[in-house]
Amino acid sequence: MTDAPISAGYVALIPLAPLVGAAVLGLGGAALQRRLGKGPIGLIACGTIALSFVLSLVAFVQLLGLEPEHRVPGLLADLFPWIHVGGLHVDIAFGVDPLSAVMILVVTGIGGLIHVYATGYMHDDPGYWRFFAYLNLFTFAMLTLVLGDNLLLMFVGWEGVGFCSWGLIGFWHKELPNTTAGNKAFIVNRVGDFGFVLGIFLLFWSLAPSGEPTLVFRELVERVNALRGQFVWGLPVATAVTLLLFVGATGKSAQIPLYVWLPDAMAGPTPVSALIHAATMVTAGVYMIARLNFLFSMAPETLALVAVIGAATALLAATIALAQNDIKRVLAYSTVSQLGYMFLAMGVGAYAAGIFHLMTHAFFKACLFLGAGSVIHAMGGEQDMRKMGGLWSHLPATSRTFLVATLAIAGCPPLAGFFSKDEILWQAWSSTFGSGLLWVVAVLVAGMTAFYMFRQVFMVFFGECRADHETQHHLHESPPVMTVPLWLLAGGAILAGWLGFPHHSAFEHWLEPVMGHYAAATASHAETPNLGLELALMAISVAVAFAGFGVAYLMYFRHRLRPETFSEALGGVPYRAVLNKYYVDELYDLVFVRGGLLLCRLIAWFDLHVIDGIVNLSAAIVRGWAWLFGLIDLYIVDGAVNAVANGTYFIGRRVRNVQTGAISAYLYVVLIGVLGGVLLYWSWASAS
Amino acid sequence: MSELSLAHFVVLAAILFSLGLFCVVTRRNAIGILMGIELILNSANINYVAFARYGRGGYDGQLFAIFVIMLAAAEAAIGLAIVLGIYQRFETIDVEATDRLRG
Amino acid sequence: MPVTTAVFYLLAAVTLGSACGVAFGTNILYSAFALMGTFLGVAAIFVLLGADFLGVIQLFVYVGGILVLTLFAVMLTHRIDVQVSNRAVGRLPGLVVVGVVATWMIRVARAARWTEGQPGPPAATTAGIGDAFLGTYVLPFEVASVVLLAALIGAIVVSRKEVKG
Repeated sequence: MTDAPISAGYVALIPLAPLVGAAVLGLGGAALQRRLGKGPIGLIACGTIALSFVLSLVAFVQLLGLEPEHRVPGLLADLFPWIHVGGLHVDIAFGVDPLSAVMILVVTGIGGLIHVYATGYMHDDPGYWRFFAYLNLFTFAMLTLVLGDNLLLMFVGWEGVGFCSWGLIGFWHKELPNTTAGNKAFIVNRVGDFGFVLGIFLLFWSLAPSGEPTLVFRELVERVNALRGQFVWGLPVATAVTLLLFVGATGKSAQIPLYVWLPDAMAGPTPVSALIHAATMVTAGVYMIARLNFLFSMAPETLALVAVIGAATALLAATIALAQNDIKRVLAYSTVSQLGYMFLAMGVGAYAAGIFHLMTHAFFKACLFLGAGSVIHAMGGEQDMRKMGGLWSHLPATSRTFLVATLAIAGCPPLAGFFSKDEILWQAWSSTFGSGLLWVVAVLVAGMTAFYMFRQVFMVFFGECRADHETQHHLHESPPVMTVPLWLLAGGAILAGWLGFPHHSAFEHWLEPVMGHYAAATASHAETPNLGLELALMAISVAVAFAGFGVAYLMYFRHRLRPETFSEALGGVPYRAVLNKYYVDELYDLVFVRGGLLLCRLIAWFDLHVIDGIVNLSAAIVRGWAWLFGLIDLYIVDGAVNAVANGTYFIGRRVRNVQTGAISAYLYVVLIGVLGGVLLYWSWASAS
Repeated sequence: MSELSLAHFVVLAAILFSLGLFCVVTRRNAIGILMGIELILNSANINYVAFARYGRGGYDGQLFAIFVIMLAAAEAAIGLAIVLGIYQRFETIDVEATDRLRG
Repeated sequence: MPVTTAVFYLLAAVTLGSACGVAFGTNILYSAFALMGTFLGVAAIFVLLGADFLGVIQLFVYVGGILVLTLFAVMLTHRIDVQVSNRAVGRLPGLVVVGVVATWMIRVARAARWTEGQPGPPAATTAGIGDAFLGTYVLPFEVASVVLLAALIGAIVVSRKEVKG
């Protein structure tokens, strides 16, 4: 039995402050920028996020003050009723419980740092006000997604972040590739959203027979048992619903098969990549599964699929990242890969571990992206790593923070990435839903991650500079407004991991009220305290990671190993396949895009020839019929009329000849008539 | 030579009538037709008078014959006036020419 | 009495002969004069039948009036340049029909049983006719006079030339 939510109206300000900021900047930003310059715009944008962060802290502290079991359903700011139709009752309401508290702190905290960074990065861009309007709007949408107390409001935020992502990817819209990338992101997301919406419908519809359908999370927790025993299309309802929702998650969080938009999304400004495609939007899918963990725990098949796809995506993306030469592309595929890790965690039932990795990943991935942005900024826009090198001394802050973040992502203890990744690995092995194969794949990925990340570090910051003289001359460190966030994020990458120290995880304890309802499904720590095994596995994974580092070191630092050994291996086929992302985009284009167009042409042909043919045929039939009737009318009907007339005329002409006009003839006739009459009378008289 | 009887006069009248009828029917001249009519009337008169003589007595027949004569005169006058009118119109009194009502 | 019968036959021959002249004559003038002969014959028959007044009336009216009128009409409607053929059209059918009529009537006349009374001696009829006209038959007498008036007026009207203009 859960408590009633605690009313906390200030919670509504957390998403609404950025909305106000977006409105102000969207409507008046152009004028503001013209009159007062870019300063006030940055202030407004960062100010609203700062306010949201402060309020998030307040909410967090308030929750801390409660007993753990009373932290759920947590704080609630019910603004007003939204849809009350039939059995559907959803309000515009924002709720803070331990899970969403983590999310809002990440979004506003890291998002705030990125806002600050962006004031420096976008300083020379004339669309400055538009950028921050979008950025604030995005933050509003993300917070709505995380704070919404029902599935529909979450979906509103879901769509909102998708829209803002489109706007921000295609921010430099004058270049066609940018707008195309934006469109691609939105369209692929849309495909996922379709599944998501169907999932919502199916969930609501399946709950209806129990008499109390709902889409509000705190109510769903109690009523979801009503789904047991129901089947739809041969599947248990819970499985079907979670599958559909997972489809949405693959779209938003860039998993197989809908990940193809994320690498292209690097066309947007680097702060966008950092915020949206590293720390926040792409994590929405993970959050959704965590939020609905009680539902997913009812569908083991879906969880298995989630884990498999997560692991497969992690592997796929890591292999592609090995060969990329664009600094942001490497990070993009790295993001896809790390997201795969998070889904792997969700799939084996380790919801808390997945969220933990989400948080640590936000720190170091944001730091990496922002650092890359700093490098690009220093290189005057160059993004190809083959033209970089030796930037260590030129960009002290950037390079050091970048190195720290790389160590974190590679899983080097005692940084954050080690703890979160290790937790996932352990859960992959030991959870009732886990399997050894998943662990092996995850360890492989860890090795590859270490390799390509350090490859990147060595190529960019060490060795001799391969840039031309002009660029070298202009190399300079970024201004403090950009480097301070880098330091802060790097600090987070170092320290955040301690929150999740295995077996004493404050993080997991914090999330337990939300995740622990179905504790039976995630039997992990309690039953098998096999510490030895755990340490052994941990050691193996660290060793593999170190091996990856080692290979990169030899290849790109010491230049003992030649990369060509691998790139030309097996005739260069694997290398080219990996470099070209396994031609997945081309495959999609062929099947879906061209297939769709072909279908269009087919239907158009059908419409033109068959439908129009039928229409024309019916018209022709009518015309023929009309012609036939015309003939009938002309010859038969008119013929009859004419025949009558002609007949009358004919008879008349013959009969007319009686009227000779000659008196003698008339007298004749009279005489004969009289005679006839007399004869008749005579015969009649003589007869009677 | 039988005794003079009514039959003689009636037969006479009949023959006269037939001749008059022939005149009426076959003549082309309008005045010829009128002559035929006079013959017919005269035959009727003979009948009247004969019946008056050989009938029951009295002279009703003769009276009637007087009436007939009178009316014959009137009719002849009008008839000949019409013939004059036809002559004025058609320039001829050939009844074959007065076929304006033909057809 | 045979004399009467002989006279009758003589008069009948005159009458019928003239009538044939009327019927079969080609010239209209000849037909007109033949008509006069017919009228004379009929007048004589009237006298034979004892209708002395009637016979005189016949002479006055028919011969003196109608025949003259007819002759006037013939003269007035005679055109020099136009030959009105008095030849009848369709004489043969006419003869046939008339022949049929005549035969039939004669048959009837001879076959019928006439109820005859004895003819009295011929007497003067004038006074009696006069009495009858102003006695029993005064109405027809008056009407007849009206008819004659109407005929007079009518004849004038009909034969009047159209006054043009």
